[in-house]
Amino acid sequence: MSVALYTKDLRKTYPGKPPVEAVRGLDLAVPQGITFGLLGPNGAGKTTTVEILEGLLEPTSGQVEVLGMTWAKDAAALRERIGVSLQETQLAEKLTVAETVALFSSFYRKARNPDELIELVGLQEKRDAWVVNLSGGQKQRLAVATSLAGDPDLLFLDEPTTGLDPQSRRQLWEVIRELKSRGRTILLTTHYMDEAERLADLVAVVDHGQVIALGSPAELIATLGGEHVVEFAVEDGGNGDAGLPLEPLHALPSVIGVRTEAGSVQLTVGEPHLAIPALLDHLDRVQRHMTRLTTRHASLEDVFVNLTGRHLRDG
Amino acid sequence: MARRGPFTWLMLARLKEFIREPEVIFWVFGFPVLLAVALGIAFRNKPPDQVAVGVVEAEGAERIAVSLSAEQGFEVVRLAEADAAQRLRMGKISLVVVPGEPLEYRFDPTRPDSTLARRMVDDALQRAAGRRDAVVVKEALVTEPGARYIDFLIPGLLGMNIMSGGLWGVGFALVDMRTKKLLKRLVATPMRRRDFLGAMMASRGLFVVLEVVLMLLLGWLLFGMIVRGSLAGIVLLAVLGAFCFASIGLLVASRAKKIETVTGLINLVMLPMFVFSGIFFSSERFPALLQPFIKALPLTALNDALRASILEGAALADPAQLARIGIMLAWGGLSFVLAMRWFRWAS
Repeated sequence: MSVALYTKDLRKTYPGKPPVEAVRGLDLAVPQGITFGLLGPNGAGKTTTVEILEGLLEPTSGQVEVLGMTWAKDAAALRERIGVSLQETQLAEKLTVAETVALFSSFYRKARNPDELIELVGLQEKRDAWVVNLSGGQKQRLAVATSLAGDPDLLFLDEPTTGLDPQSRRQLWEVIRELKSRGRTILLTTHYMDEAERLADLVAVVDHGQVIALGSPAELIATLGGEHVVEFAVEDGGNGDAGLPLEPLHALPSVIGVRTEAGSVQLTVGEPHLAIPALLDHLDRVQRHMTRLTTRHASLEDVFVNLTGRHLRDG
Repeated sequence: MARRGPFTWLMLARLKEFIREPEVIFWVFGFPVLLAVALGIAFRNKPPDQVAVGVVEAEGAERIAVSLSAEQGFEVVRLAEADAAQRLRMGKISLVVVPGEPLEYRFDPTRPDSTLARRMVDDALQRAAGRRDAVVVKEALVTEPGARYIDFLIPGLLGMNIMSGGLWGVGFALVDMRTKKLLKRLVATPMRRRDFLGAMMASRGLFVVLEVVLMLLLGWLLFGMIVRGSLAGIVLLAVLGAFCFASIGLLVASRAKKIETVTGLINLVMLPMFVFSGIFFSSERFPALLQPFIKALPLTALNDALRASILEGAALADPAQLARIGIMLAWGGLSFVLAMRWFRWAS
């Protein structure tokens, strides 16, 4: 399978006092035809990486190949074959939806039919409305429509669903699936875990300008050792939940990982039906009263927390 | 939708955005028209002012007052001496006549109205006393269109409009697009940058043609202004001015990342030309020392060229006109080249 995106030891340092090292030796190899998720907190270097790949920023050092070409030599050819949706672009306010899409289509030699694009993002009823009168979700869908104007082989979507209403999010997910079914490659950055899990075939978790984990969502979750998370809290013994010794919890059946967070304990568990009765017995023995118990499937969020000790949304 | 080229689409987009923005329409078309109308009314040609003369109450005052009142153009008041002195000081009268032998004129020689009044009063009184004019004269009064303030003003307003249209319409608009990441979004497509900038400049040129026609039409309909030069020549000068100021707008916008920055820069560029370039009054009023600097400003060149063409019918090939065209081309060309070198598209 040929490689759509390749970077080797990619670095970007913004000059300043002190200089900001946004990307610090990032390696990527994204095969063609998949949806690739770049996952990480705000400030992890996702947008900088994406803008380098889009040929909008010069890297400080490192190797970059896009569709087997480089920006230095093949910029014009690359522009025809990629589609870009930037974070928070404001399109011209006083143009209509149809005019905006037609304008962008006019830039490409091999353009997709504007009406078809408008339908694809579900804006048929708004085709003659000015951009300024669209809702946030509609504007974002329009931005995605413009990114598809050249029927790209490779599409970059930088935080396409941030702050969107559920309907717009689902509409965009459909667009991404449609593209993927036609064999196109998509690079998606997001800090929504569920989105990455749902859409991405392969996910790179980025933190402090480096890839700290790579794999399919299922593989990454599997690195936790268990697919379930059991979260519980106990009544304060007068000295916080630190008062509950964590060591014995490791010994409970099927428990793979233990961590505490904001007053609760989280167990990564292979089989909850074995772990939970044992946990209840254990709390009985040490005479601590449970105040809360929930179970859920482990997510990429847990992977990130496990790797960094921080939440994605905390930045 | 018909398939059109990117240049056509970019141009259409600019035109549509423009006509859908009522504020912009007002500043480009409404404001200069209002200004011309207001100033045209304020500085309309009035009948010549009356000369106010005070005659001090004394022996013979009656005869002097009657003599002056018999002539046209005098407004005579008879006053006590102290009162007359005070009024003269306040500028309410231009001259005080004190009857007696000899007759005395009291006035301030540094006040133009007073020196004029002295001549007129003396003339009238001498003639009343029997002086005969040695030479026969006749008067031909000239207040024809072309020499009035409004005729001077309209080309100046046109020049001012072309300047602010270029700087705001190109400079401000580009920085606005940059802050909204629209520039970055556009260069992520195969769009050719020269198409984009070309469309921006060309749409300015198109608006300028409208502005010229509108202003000249207004001058003709409302003020009976006479356009002596060829319309084609005037339009060509205006389009050249538009290119010059659009290029300066491009240069001003080449690096600015914030709206505040570009607003400040535009005002900085425009301020000296507002003052020196002869929009509302002739730039010749400034000292000779400043003239080379003033003549080198692009708006001075544009205003002078427009006035020469509109009011005097000067041909474009006229050496003075060629020099002005040269100044505009130099400013426009240099700004364009520098802007191309410095312009920031993506970041």
